[in-house]
Amino acid sequence: MTETVATVQTPQMTPAVWEPRIIGFLCYWCSYTGADSAGTARMKYPANVDIIKVMCSGRIDPELIATAFASGADGVMVLGCHIGDCHYISGNHKTMVRMPLMRRILEDLGVEPERFRHEWVSAAEGEKFSKLVTEITEQVRELGPLNWPQLMRERGVGHGTDLRPWGE
Amino acid sequence: MGANVQGQTNGKLKIGMYWASSCGGCDISLLEIGPRILELIQIADVVLWPCVADFKYRDVADYPDGYMDVCFYNGGIRSSEQEEIARLLRQKCKTLIGYGACAVGGGIPALANFKSRAEIYDVVYHQNPTIDNRERVEPEPLHEVPQGELELPEFYPAVLRLKDVVPVDYEIPGCPPQADRVWESIQAVVSGAVPSRNAAVRVGCFDKTVCDECSREKKLVKIKAFRRHHQFRPEPDWCLLEQGILCMGPATRSGCGALCLKADVACEGCYGPPANAEDQGTCMVGALGALLDAPTEDRAREMVAEIADPTGTFYRFSLSSSFMKLAK
Repeated sequence: MTETVATVQTPQMTPAVWEPRIIGFLCYWCSYTGADSAGTARMKYPANVDIIKVMCSGRIDPELIATAFASGADGVMVLGCHIGDCHYISGNHKTMVRMPLMRRILEDLGVEPERFRHEWVSAAEGEKFSKLVTEITEQVRELGPLNWPQLMRERGVGHGTDLRPWGE
Repeated sequence: MGANVQGQTNGKLKIGMYWASSCGGCDISLLEIGPRILELIQIADVVLWPCVADFKYRDVADYPDGYMDVCFYNGGIRSSEQEEIARLLRQKCKTLIGYGACAVGGGIPALANFKSRAEIYDVVYHQNPTIDNRERVEPEPLHEVPQGELELPEFYPAVLRLKDVVPVDYEIPGCPPQADRVWESIQAVVSGAVPSRNAAVRVGCFDKTVCDECSREKKLVKIKAFRRHHQFRPEPDWCLLEQGILCMGPATRSGCGALCLKADVACEGCYGPPANAEDQGTCMVGALGALLDAPTEDRAREMVAEIADPTGTFYRFSLSSSFMKLAK
């Protein structure tokens, strides 16, 4: 019980200036291109979302979302093609079922619903992308740090091998 | 089947079984190997088994280090006593085996990780209808009485797995582990046929999922709506999940021989996550994504809302081994 894990302070999470750290899983064909178009159109949005590009939102194993929160993310967003637009025809149909279910699990675990966002963003919706990033960043900033690794340490769990805090 | 006098050897293996935070079913399941128990005691002496014989912790502490060959530890770690004994047994035995779902993934007791210690105490010592506790007594690790200090084990703020507190050589999952698998594991461990040590290697189970072992027919139709056992009688020999009963088969490791499904009851997931996954709950979320017949987003949300207690169901036996481990 006395063993401790490495602290999870990253340059962004020093106590003085805390900035929300949000993980964004974006599908390659629509949402990532949408984020790209926000960039080429020089739209402004907060730099708090770390984007992870995946080939399809249907490839986002819900395990990755749990891993993100358990490792210290303050928020997670999952963006995919609109229903009917999937490059792989039905990949996002799986996302459509998994994400509401994942939301229920996160709520049961005490993660505020605002910390988890699932939306459809097409390649042309750069504006929607920048709006979503702004929204989730502001909502998470208002809620404050989630800091799951610290919660687990306080209750004496997670000092096994499967905790991989950032900044270790 | 008595304990050996300390230090004496008769060429037989010395085995033990300890009962921590669990229901006691694991102790009984070891007896489920039936007449083979006679073979076991021909090659082994029992030197610790609080469930069936009177051994004191003092006896165990007096054994030389590494005296016991194999110890089965069933139950999770809920109190400081259980951690202390886990450390003691690690020292006294050559091979430590986490036995049963509680030792491997926290099991049913780990569902209490949804609540804090204060909330658990409140229900157990104050709110339960059968409780009459006007003085609001709660257990405390140290208590002063005129005669001196009384000590109780500390109740930990969460349930841990055995491997969270000591290195574990092997793990046998299941609630309880199925007798044939237990016997195979005993034989494998005794003969030294299992590959590596100290790495909590799963034994007594297979690498696939319960669905692979299940003989019910998969018609490859998607789930139209969720139903529960009390609402209808499922068709025999047809996949329960396809009939709308939430069956943990796709997210559960095989080894049990799909026993529950043979009795028309859905898999509850006691063997923990499959070999290629670590977090059973999200594994089930992933599986259901491809199985629901939801043509529109609204229908998907509706169907998801129909599932009763998804978190408690998906993590029923493995909350302590999940990534998030507890609720805030």
